[in-house]
Amino acid sequence: MEKTLTTRENLLKGIFRENPTLVLLLGCCPTLGVTSSASNAIGMGLATLFVLVMSNLAISLVKNVIPDKVRIPSFIVIIAAFVTVVQLLMEAYTPALFAQLGLFIPLIVVNCIVLGRAEAFASRYSAGASVIDGLGMGLGFTLALLLLGSVREVLGSLSWFGMKLSDSDGMLVFVLAPGAFITLGFIIAIMNGLKKQKS
Amino acid sequence: MVIALVVVTAVSAVALGFVYQWTKEPIAKARLTTQLKAIEAVMTGYDNNPVQEKFFLSTENGDSLECFPGKKGGTPIGVAIKAKSSKGYSGDIWLMVGLDTAGTIRNIVVIEHKETPGLGSKMTSEKFLNQFLNTNPAVTDLRVKKDGGTIDAISGATISSRAFSQAVREAYQSYRHGKDAHH
Amino acid sequence: MEYVILLISTVLINNIVLAKFLGICPFLGVSKSSSTALGMGVAVIFVMTISTVFTWLVYTYLLLPLDLSYLQTVTYILVIAFLVQVVEIVMKKVSPELYQALGVYLPLITTNCTILGVAILVVQNDFNLLKSVVFAIGNSVGFTLAIVIFSSIREQMDMAEGMPAWMKGTPAALITAGILAMAFMGFAGLV
Repeated sequence: MEKTLTTRENLLKGIFRENPTLVLLLGCCPTLGVTSSASNAIGMGLATLFVLVMSNLAISLVKNVIPDKVRIPSFIVIIAAFVTVVQLLMEAYTPALFAQLGLFIPLIVVNCIVLGRAEAFASRYSAGASVIDGLGMGLGFTLALLLLGSVREVLGSLSWFGMKLSDSDGMLVFVLAPGAFITLGFIIAIMNGLKKQKS
Repeated sequence: MVIALVVVTAVSAVALGFVYQWTKEPIAKARLTTQLKAIEAVMTGYDNNPVQEKFFLSTENGDSLECFPGKKGGTPIGVAIKAKSSKGYSGDIWLMVGLDTAGTIRNIVVIEHKETPGLGSKMTSEKFLNQFLNTNPAVTDLRVKKDGGTIDAISGATISSRAFSQAVREAYQSYRHGKDAHH
Repeated sequence: MEYVILLISTVLINNIVLAKFLGICPFLGVSKSSSTALGMGVAVIFVMTISTVFTWLVYTYLLLPLDLSYLQTVTYILVIAFLVQVVEIVMKKVSPELYQALGVYLPLITTNCTILGVAILVVQNDFNLLKSVVFAIGNSVGFTLAIVIFSSIREQMDMAEGMPAWMKGTPAALITAGILAMAFMGFAGLV
């Protein structure tokens, strides 16, 4: 059935039906860790998107020459290489953002979304389809992060992308660790509710 | 089988070597720009190149701090000191502290910190920073109020505030010390 | 004393899961019963301590002298994957009981970001070997503490009646984690 996936469906599944963060609950660490502001969320989302697209492409190109037994370690090495590329590029061209995201950039390596897509998609499908899949999943991840980052920044600091919406202070708890868990919990609860209503 | 893994690793490593070489210069440049911006933010009116004339100040516990002297027409007008505290809540805090020749604090910028967003991160807020501006640590006790000083700590982030204050005071002391040694 | 403070701060104050957001996947995924949570926790303590020692050695005596620190991420993940394999094989031979108890968690650990995260953090913080080990033990014990408490709460919650259907499962778990994180923030005054 999946063989007949059109490009459009392939792209959109990552954003909605199989959204890696909100539906499949993958890659939770950066989802919670860097979303104290909307701009951090976008930065992290795009960095992950780049790694997803590139590693999906590379893996689907070499999938036939890698023996099955060393498949996973090889995939991880390829992913780690692209993560390092992102790390170096960000340090050179967006140093402020790089300092903000810190540890979570190298940790893209162990983001389950990336290895998950390599294993579930790129190792089976053509290079073109894999790129589209990576793009869709990356966008889905970025949008979910943006949503969470926006809610937390607006409620917690009364600002959005650093622009102050009001002079007062906001509910600090949303910027802090507990707020991350609670906000994501409610977003998923709302999505569950909407899904129920539909069906 | 193992060969395949070795080949993948080797190819990745070589490719990364190229990317590293390629980004080496931009990264160095980006670091320099961050540093220059911080110096410009804490010191005004100099016409020399503080980065070229950089020297090191030693602190009481044996560390050394980078110090960027500002001069106008050859006469010193102040310094920008890259101060550090490892007593923060998580990771090191790096500041750039601008002092005039009398040791009065002209401005401070936070270069890097990993404090908790929403709490310790408020060390970059004007409300906190302004308490330090135009004070001379020789006259004003820049410790937090809890420790007997004059600084209102950030609420919920005494540790970060303490670390910040400590870095500023250390920068001042090593500057004074260095000056005394010269004369 | 310094090491005691480091331990307290990594276990309670800067808890790796509840304050630093590392290891959320196993925290949510392997916390449905407290016995599996404990198993996962012990496996993490084991692997994190060993891998931190090895990655520290690799970084200090190999990557740094050769000016290859940009290969950090690649080598670390390889070292960790390799170590997990070795631990699995050795454990199977030396102590089949232990392997029975922890074996299933080991493959999951390679992609547990606490392991790689702690290995990178000790380098970022310029820790010496002993301090790195203490840091690794503190963080892994913190992980175990968090996941065991969390799983016990979840066990109780599963028995609760009357929870709206759309809150059941993940949303309720996440909100519980949030409240737990709030409780842990109370430790902030300790040091």
